[in-house]
Amino acid sequence: MAKDSINLIVALDGTGWHPAAWREADARPHEFTTAKYWKDLAQTAERGLLDAITIEDSLGLQSERPFENDARVDQFRGRLDAVQVATFIAPSTHHIGIIPTVIATHTEPFHISKAIATLDYVSRGRAGVRVQLATRTSDSKHFGRRDFPHFTYDDYLNGNGREFIEELFDEAADYIEVVRRLWDSWEDDAEIRDSKSGKFIDVKKLHYIDFKGKWFSVKGPSITQRPPQGQPTIAVLAHATVPYELAAKSADVVFITPTDKNPASSIIAEVRAAESEVERSLPPLKVIGEIVVFLGKTTEEAQAYRAKLDDFLGHPYQSDAHIFVGTAEELADLIAEWSASGIEGYRLRPASLPHDLNLIVDELVPVLQKRGIFRTSYGEGSLRSRFGFARPANRYASSVKG
Amino acid sequence: MTKPLKEVHIAAHFPGVNNTTVWSDPKSGSHIEFSSFEHFARAAERGKLDFIFLAEGLRLREQKGQIYDLDVVGRPDNLTILAAIASITERIGVAATVSTTFNEPYELAREFATLDHLSGGRAAWNVVTSWDAFTGENFRRGGYLKADDRYRRANAFLDAAFELFGSWDPDEIVADKAGGKFLSHSDPGRFEYKDDFFDIAGNFNVPTSPQGRPVIIQAGDSPEGREFAAAKAEVIFTGRSGLQDGREFYADVKRRLAKYGRAHDQLLIMPASTFALADTDEEAKAYAEEVRRAQVSGATALRLLEQFWNRDLSNYDPDGPLPESEPDVVSESLTAGRASARMFGDRLAKAKEWREIAEAENLSIHELVLRVGLGGQGQTFVGSPLTIANQINDLVQADASDGFIIVPHITPSGLDGFVDQVIPILQEKGVFRQDYVGTTLRDHLGLDQPGVINQPDFAAAAQ
Repeated sequence: MAKDSINLIVALDGTGWHPAAWREADARPHEFTTAKYWKDLAQTAERGLLDAITIEDSLGLQSERPFENDARVDQFRGRLDAVQVATFIAPSTHHIGIIPTVIATHTEPFHISKAIATLDYVSRGRAGVRVQLATRTSDSKHFGRRDFPHFTYDDYLNGNGREFIEELFDEAADYIEVVRRLWDSWEDDAEIRDSKSGKFIDVKKLHYIDFKGKWFSVKGPSITQRPPQGQPTIAVLAHATVPYELAAKSADVVFITPTDKNPASSIIAEVRAAESEVERSLPPLKVIGEIVVFLGKTTEEAQAYRAKLDDFLGHPYQSDAHIFVGTAEELADLIAEWSASGIEGYRLRPASLPHDLNLIVDELVPVLQKRGIFRTSYGEGSLRSRFGFARPANRYASSVKG
Repeated sequence: MTKPLKEVHIAAHFPGVNNTTVWSDPKSGSHIEFSSFEHFARAAERGKLDFIFLAEGLRLREQKGQIYDLDVVGRPDNLTILAAIASITERIGVAATVSTTFNEPYELAREFATLDHLSGGRAAWNVVTSWDAFTGENFRRGGYLKADDRYRRANAFLDAAFELFGSWDPDEIVADKAGGKFLSHSDPGRFEYKDDFFDIAGNFNVPTSPQGRPVIIQAGDSPEGREFAAAKAEVIFTGRSGLQDGREFYADVKRRLAKYGRAHDQLLIMPASTFALADTDEEAKAYAEEVRRAQVSGATALRLLEQFWNRDLSNYDPDGPLPESEPDVVSESLTAGRASARMFGDRLAKAKEWREIAEAENLSIHELVLRVGLGGQGQTFVGSPLTIANQINDLVQADASDGFIIVPHITPSGLDGFVDQVIPILQEKGVFRQDYVGTTLRDHLGLDQPGVINQPDFAAAAQ
């Protein structure tokens, strides 16, 4: 059964993905910075045997406008650092994978590499990381080290700023390369504790990564040992050719957004084409479909729930991902349909928390189990293994053999 | 009238990547598995200690161009591991050493504010200023800072971070479900900071954390460092653990507080210290000597002498005599990534003195290194639980410190004996808490909530 199990991930973000979600009766908008809030959500997700949770992040405030701040006071605003939240959650869970978002723009690959390695140690092999960019000019001003061109979403749709954003993708590819090399910069058996020679480590098993690039150069090795999984799973959310290429080149998992206009089958074809284009050396990308979910016990209840939140918002909620409104049975039907076109797993974005997470765990999971496409218990194994990846060999190990 | 007894503060430093930490002992466990951190944290909280402290080094140390392999190597990311430690503890503070040189205020302030939120107000930041180009090779910024710029940048970084920590009003989030108002106004977390080092502006995205900002720890010893601490720090981590040097330092730093409008008790002096504990004083003395020999093996002694001599001594026998050559005081240091090389003083004079000692007492390299304390002077506190408790309490009551940051030499169990045997005696004396009273680290240390603290202009006051 477990072998045929689809991957099911829930995307945690504030009080949910709908900007008015905080107004739901069971929402806890005053508690989103607290320990208990995050432990409760993670433990609920683990009760549902989910593969992983992701945690969103950004280097600026949430906004309705893609490239700039808005001035709304009626929507949820504010966040915590996702890597910190992820590591905080780890000791109070035992099986679920934990995938924080990190922003590759403005931050240091050296710091992130050791932070995710640390998450992997704390969680005993359950760490992943989702890599995202910070394209907003306002975010760049929070760092003040690079001048970003200013453009609006309309400019972007007209083709302005694209070249610049493509550069940020190139930088992200370098970033991931550095993070991965640092994870391998210690061989697994580098620590020898040889009392006779007095040596704690075998220096031949530590490696300089000597990365030199346009945006940064990193010498290495990491100050942190190779993480238990060797290479924690790296995920990228992608909507177009350039990001598909980043995923194909650098990631293990790609989150895609099939819609009625752009069905799963054609996106998957694009992703696979990108994999051959970049001459991918990693195992084939695991393709995960994204769905925003408004769940109800009945279709009518789900529709009323969405209508109420949209009413608060003042307009229909829009998303880059497909928006599903309905029951667990109906969502299972959609999942079956997408799975038939090659989607291997799903990242569900709850419209509000804990409402939709509870229904995913208590209603959707039993339906999927009944249909024989979702596990009935957690087996042993790392997050990598749950995605079907073996523990990888160390890229530096062969160079010192003999 | 008798002076009321001062409260003793004790923090626990997780054993670091230097030769104080003995990895060759059969009891020595992993330095990276979470179970070790869990064991250590639970012991520290069982002892009601003030906080757990982690040091930082952002590049593996080298000697003669090769990674230094005789000490423990490898450690987790500080902030990240502390988030996990905060998750399994309830009250103890969590203190991370983090460099101001290879970080940016916006990102680091987010991380510390998050740690403070998740821990319910238990975060502390030991502010350090890495300066070397060697470490810079791992980072975007790269390069290094001129010695003069180190405190200037650290000071600017802290000012910028304080601006960010204080950027949300405590009541910014209204979250009135019925009225539909989430924020009290439309520009939350607005900040602006500009000086020689930073030019940043925008909106911070983490609401104000329980302590307002983390407790600030600093380890300065130079006049400039002391001034910096008097202006901004709330705990000083010093190397001065003796009576005389401790009292001088204590009086000097506390005297500087008034200039910044700060009260005497708003800056705690907590020297770093080690200990060798046994049932009797005599056993403890023998144990301390045994530990020192484990800390300074023959191989380590030779490498330490190499650092001092600044010459390749790999052809020498640690059990043989000192090198005939003199220390090389001209060439660039053959060590990188450690501070000690800058602290040797007049090496030629000292080498002469050591040569005389070695000849007079017929000592090998290994014996001489142990004799002169090149690998550390031995344990700060040596004795039975009662003796160590008395030593600690006497130093605190004599105003040589406000307490200590103790580092055991064994990971992770080295703290257990201290917590289970020394702490109860301090509690009986009425100088150490029986249980935590408040919930935040500021509560444990008796520190005011920021905002109460006057924020004067450090640069102007230092002149």
